[in-house]
Amino acid sequence: MIIPHPLLGPRDSSEFVYLGDASLIDRPDWQAEDAAEAFHEYAYLRDNPAGEHRELWYHEGGDRSWLVVTRNTMTHEISKVELARDVARAQGRSK
Amino acid sequence: MTQVNRLSGGLIDRNSTLNFRFDNRNYTAHPGDTLASALLANDVRLIGRSFKYHRPRGVLTAGSEEPNGIVELRAGNRKEPNTRATTAEVYEGLDAQSQNRWPSLKFDALAINDRFSNFLTAGFYYKTFMWPAVFWEKLYEPIIRKAAGLGSLSMEDDPDEYDKGFLHCDLLIIGAGPAGLMAALTAGRTGSDVILADEDFALGGRLNSESFSLGDDSASDWAAATVAELSALPNVRLMPRTTVIGAFDHGIYGAVERTGDHVATLPVGKPRQILWRTYTKRALLCAGATERPIAFENNDRPGIMLASAMRTYANRFATTAAQRVAIFTNNDDGHRTASDLRAKGVKIAAVIDVRDDAPINYEFEVLKGAQVVDTKGRLGLTFVEVALADGSRRILECGALGVSGGWNPNVHLTCHHRGRPVWNDDLAAFAPGDDLPPGMTVAGAANGTLSTHGALQSGAESAAIALDLKGALPDLPKAEDAPINQTPFWYLKGCARAWLDQQNDVTVKDVKLSHQEGFRSVEHLKRYTTLGMATDQGKTSNMAGLAIMAELAGKSIPETGTTIFRPPYTPVPIGTFAGRMKGQDFHPTRLTPSHYWAKERGAVFVEVGNWLRAQWFPLPGETHWRESVDREVRQTRASVGVCDCTTLGKIDVQGTDAAAFLNKVYCNGFAKLAIGKTRYGLMLREDGMAMDDGTAARLAEDHFVVTTTTANAVNVYRHMEFVRQCLFPDMDVQLISTTEAWAQYAVAGPNSRKLLQKIVDPEFDISNDAFPFMGCGSITVCGGLRARLFRISFSGELAFEIAVPSRYGDALMRRLMQDGEEFDVVPYGTEALGVMRIEKGHAAGNELNGTTSALNLGMGRMVSKKKDSIGSTLSEREGLNEPDALMMVGIKPVNADDKITAGAHLMDASGPVDAKHDQGYVTSAAFSPSLDCHIGLAFLKNGGARQGERMRLVSPLTDVNVEVEIVSAHFVDPEGERLRA
Amino acid sequence: MRYSGFQVIKQALTGHKGWTPAWRDPEPKAHYDIVIIGGGGHGLATAHYLAKVYGHRKVAVIEKGWIGGGNVGRNTTIVRSNYLLDGNEPFYEFSLKLWEGLEQDLNYNAMVSQRGILNLFHSDGQRDAYTRRGNAMILNGADAELLDADQVRKEHPYLNFDNARFPIKGGLAQRRGGTVRHDAVAWGYARSADGYGVDIIQNCEVTGFRIEDGKCLGVETSKGFIGAGKIGCAVAGNSGRVVGMAGMRLPIESHVLQAFVSEGLKPVLPGVITFGAGHFYVSQSDKGGLVFGGDLDGYNTYAQRGNLPVVEDVCEGGMALMPMIGRARLLRMWGGVMDMSMDGSPIIDRTPVEGLYFNGGWCYGGFKATPASGYCFAHLLAQDEPHPTATAYRLDRFRTGRMIDEKGVGNQPNLH
Repeated sequence: MIIPHPLLGPRDSSEFVYLGDASLIDRPDWQAEDAAEAFHEYAYLRDNPAGEHRELWYHEGGDRSWLVVTRNTMTHEISKVELARDVARAQGRSK
Repeated sequence: MTQVNRLSGGLIDRNSTLNFRFDNRNYTAHPGDTLASALLANDVRLIGRSFKYHRPRGVLTAGSEEPNGIVELRAGNRKEPNTRATTAEVYEGLDAQSQNRWPSLKFDALAINDRFSNFLTAGFYYKTFMWPAVFWEKLYEPIIRKAAGLGSLSMEDDPDEYDKGFLHCDLLIIGAGPAGLMAALTAGRTGSDVILADEDFALGGRLNSESFSLGDDSASDWAAATVAELSALPNVRLMPRTTVIGAFDHGIYGAVERTGDHVATLPVGKPRQILWRTYTKRALLCAGATERPIAFENNDRPGIMLASAMRTYANRFATTAAQRVAIFTNNDDGHRTASDLRAKGVKIAAVIDVRDDAPINYEFEVLKGAQVVDTKGRLGLTFVEVALADGSRRILECGALGVSGGWNPNVHLTCHHRGRPVWNDDLAAFAPGDDLPPGMTVAGAANGTLSTHGALQSGAESAAIALDLKGALPDLPKAEDAPINQTPFWYLKGCARAWLDQQNDVTVKDVKLSHQEGFRSVEHLKRYTTLGMATDQGKTSNMAGLAIMAELAGKSIPETGTTIFRPPYTPVPIGTFAGRMKGQDFHPTRLTPSHYWAKERGAVFVEVGNWLRAQWFPLPGETHWRESVDREVRQTRASVGVCDCTTLGKIDVQGTDAAAFLNKVYCNGFAKLAIGKTRYGLMLREDGMAMDDGTAARLAEDHFVVTTTTANAVNVYRHMEFVRQCLFPDMDVQLISTTEAWAQYAVAGPNSRKLLQKIVDPEFDISNDAFPFMGCGSITVCGGLRARLFRISFSGELAFEIAVPSRYGDALMRRLMQDGEEFDVVPYGTEALGVMRIEKGHAAGNELNGTTSALNLGMGRMVSKKKDSIGSTLSEREGLNEPDALMMVGIKPVNADDKITAGAHLMDASGPVDAKHDQGYVTSAAFSPSLDCHIGLAFLKNGGARQGERMRLVSPLTDVNVEVEIVSAHFVDPEGERLRA
Repeated sequence: MRYSGFQVIKQALTGHKGWTPAWRDPEPKAHYDIVIIGGGGHGLATAHYLAKVYGHRKVAVIEKGWIGGGNVGRNTTIVRSNYLLDGNEPFYEFSLKLWEGLEQDLNYNAMVSQRGILNLFHSDGQRDAYTRRGNAMILNGADAELLDADQVRKEHPYLNFDNARFPIKGGLAQRRGGTVRHDAVAWGYARSADGYGVDIIQNCEVTGFRIEDGKCLGVETSKGFIGAGKIGCAVAGNSGRVVGMAGMRLPIESHVLQAFVSEGLKPVLPGVITFGAGHFYVSQSDKGGLVFGGDLDGYNTYAQRGNLPVVEDVCEGGMALMPMIGRARLLRMWGGVMDMSMDGSPIIDRTPVEGLYFNGGWCYGGFKATPASGYCFAHLLAQDEPHPTATAYRLDRFRTGRMIDEKGVGNQPNLH
């Protein structure tokens, strides 16, 4: 596969390491009342869609940026690639 | 032997003669021959035996789709089983053997199977060999295994090299027949980067096999001229002997170039084959079409071949399988073969055409509406029996029979993304569908355009469309544009032993049985009968099997199913995919800064991940590794030892939020760590399990140096970047791995400070008061060399770790050894390191095995509840906090001579020994020179409360059963006085 | 019809006219006691044991394509019970025992071939881990043997002992491990279940569940609604998709595992060998093909195909371990979609929806588990409590922190 890196252009997927669903960005609040259940869902439950999937790839053999790649799990077509940091910020994560 | 079946003309070089051997007999050939064409020229029709019935077999085809003509090529450690004689180029001295026969090709004992074929039908083995049960492994299966298989491996290491490379282009053209050549010309003339790959050694495809003309030239001359023009274009890369084996994601194609299979001996340093990962925006599949046979009784004898192959042998290779041949066809193409052969002086016994309206020809006899119903000739065809239109029979004498049942487009690569081809009634074949791999288009016969003119035109047009070219297309040479004119005809009604898959011996009868027993989907048919599972992957057999199943089921062929194809297009040596990553080059080797020094000292090395580390340093006279290791431990604990610990991961953490960041990744607190201090840190995964441990040294308010274990250096860095970028993107913190930047040595033992004081520059006070336990700082050594010093201890002794830029690592080690002479300094390796950390009760890789929590490790209280850190919430789950949770303990044998074995399990002192009564297991064990007995670390249920208890340590696997005592894991200096000395 | 050597001879002498379909091709009935979704190895085995052991005959297996077309039809055919953890080892040993009696149980020769499996180790740490594992196996009643490098060399002289980047230091052998003719497993279970009256309904795709008041009443299919007292879902690889129709999220991701077969060769490998320093395991089929595989491609996918980097990685492992296979040709590659669970272990449990039961999360160990999985799922469906060897395979174990993590890599499915 070829991943179009937002900063570096098309790169071979063998330069990357895969982690999983981009929902791993949405780490729950440890002090919330339902933290135990929220962390259980965060760490273990997955949508696992047959179709478009937002997922985390790490450019280990490159610039070490984490990317959110939108890729179809039926066809492997990649429709969008973003810096995970931008995605995280857009979702309200900060410090 | 003379080449009795050599004809005139052809694309062989008659000026040169090559000698080769087949089954230990000498023959001659010419450059341009394949092994198959050369054997036919020498009147050798019998080349192999079939898989199940060991039926005599000759070549069926003239290409890579060959199911029958497969041999063991070369000898010794270069022996290559199952090599297609139809694609193997003859070189001087070629040596080939027939395979899957015993004792000889002509007299094969297992041909007896053919007599029992009625018992050995499809799937018979699923129904028998069940009684008595033990006989399967003992008797039946060994016999079957011995009989099965095709060629044999040499069992020796493959001596050849293989390479890999990357190619990039605008347009990859797969196949250099009329469509591919015309496409390459169209694209190449515009300056686009074009790769034209073809599996054959001669570019031109069928143009080299035909007698007709293109414009004013013969077809092969036109091909040669076109290739000449293309090879002069700098933007076109011509790749003969290159098979595009698979279409992978995002325009990546695998291509295998056979750079060394056509020569007797590889030039030194040259690879046998190259795997090209080819990256292209567009791909044009011009893979042509494959003729298909017709199934009739005994249609598998040597001498019976595809009519198009017969034409290839005559026109391109100037040879024929026999001087008198017959043709059996359902279409006009079969007649073309008869004409071409006749023109070369071969006698045509007759053309047997199933069509009542077959064209007539005044040069040879055409039997209209006729069918071949049987054949004769045990080791080679002698006669065919023909049922004529009027029902009468006629026997024709002939040594070869060309069969033409129509053409199947070579759609294989279009299916590699699991797209399905669609049925085309005009062709009576499957043609590429719409769901092609992105970026791929198909032209020529591969797309169902079977005429030469059509192929040329679609090649040109497809290239123009693929590259969005404007302007006029190149002029097309005038070429034949004949219609297909065929009547679908798959098999003779009523025939039984009529072969579909000739290699695996799947006959029409087997398909019928498969249908009768309910195995009716294509996939069931294939798996039940093994149809299409042979080395040719059913290129000449799948369609007929499907057609017969459709007829039996009373459905149309497309209703019955489609056959799709998986990579590789043709089989690829495993060595080619591996390339140079084998032997010592399987993985890169990482050397520590003191490696060459250690080598000089005669160190024994051990693989630790990709690193090589000194395991111990034997001295003259030491005969057992334990002597060396025990000495290294004793000497370190008595005075001072030095160990290279560069392999530990080092991560530089900088920024105003560095401490806050470490607070997130470590379960224990780092916010309040003072500058100039180091702290042990335990990192959890989000699921609450221990991920790694190490230290973080605070060199400045906004600057930490983190260490990780050797094994987890990469993972931890990746994880920290995840936490930084994905979870806390606004933290002001930067990370960089500095593992390779610093050489780091542990200097341990009561005299370690004294030794270091000799090299640390005098302005740095490293006395106990000025530089206490867990202190750290930037210093200089040896007169100004920048260094970092950490007062941390893995051994339990007064100890330091000192780091200098890597390039000074070797020098620093030599200096430490030299300056340490007065203290009797000893270098120690990973074994002594391991012994000392077990003696001290420090967890390492065996304990941090990914299934242990902070609680298990005895560090449950380290998980801070006052802050958020990765893993803290999920570490509170009930299953991880049960009262009898495993806890790390020390164990000692009750009888001091007994040995502790890592991997042994702990049982109560009395009672049953089984899984239900399992109490825990030993993770690490060693002989302790300090205690003079074996010791171990173990995880034991409720271990914290069981000190002093006696238990049994059992390892039934290694026959161990000894009494042990549960003790503190801190065998040496439990109060930590030495650390702080 | 009973299969036997005698029957084969009799049929051969009478023109093979007497063979009948191995299973019927019925239309679905309106209602069954139990409907199994998924006509793969696990679903068909469940039906067999439901009928034979638990006496349930009003059972249907519904399959969207043709039976045996999923992972039971595309795997590397290995059976073994060399597991470490208490939650797993008794189950897989139960499975191996069922394999050992399979032919006689089914009257179908699935060629269970116990030619042994050998896991090689290349470091002291690996040796210690395998020692612990071998002991766990023996303590659970399975067989295990620890071989040193010389013993391995004696049995497998063709392995790379002289020029290895990671020298072989020994291996853990399980002599009772081996291979099974994978397609025949599906067919054998199907034929047997059919013989007990189970309806096997092919080309019948589930399109939804009918759930009222938290209870599942049946399944909507491409052949209409089928009512059921209980529904068992055994569709590993597609668990997320199917169970998703009942509104559930699972601790599972779908990944592709590629596998490979070489051209047929005369016998070179006696049993199964796994490389401990790279991603490669291999056996040789009775037909002569080397059947081998390695690691997952590593990204979520439902496409039954993989990519070149893993093909290369696996072949590199093969060449590092046994350089004599360099000139053997890789004939075919394929990919199977795996239910990769969050701890690498399966799930056989009730679901929060009453009447809906789940069997999945087999990662790439599903084939060897087929008999026990079927048996235990049948037990659960029939008796509403877990089989004693499958009590740990609970759906809620991630919530309670009772993971069964053989590899110790945590909640990242592609690492298991």
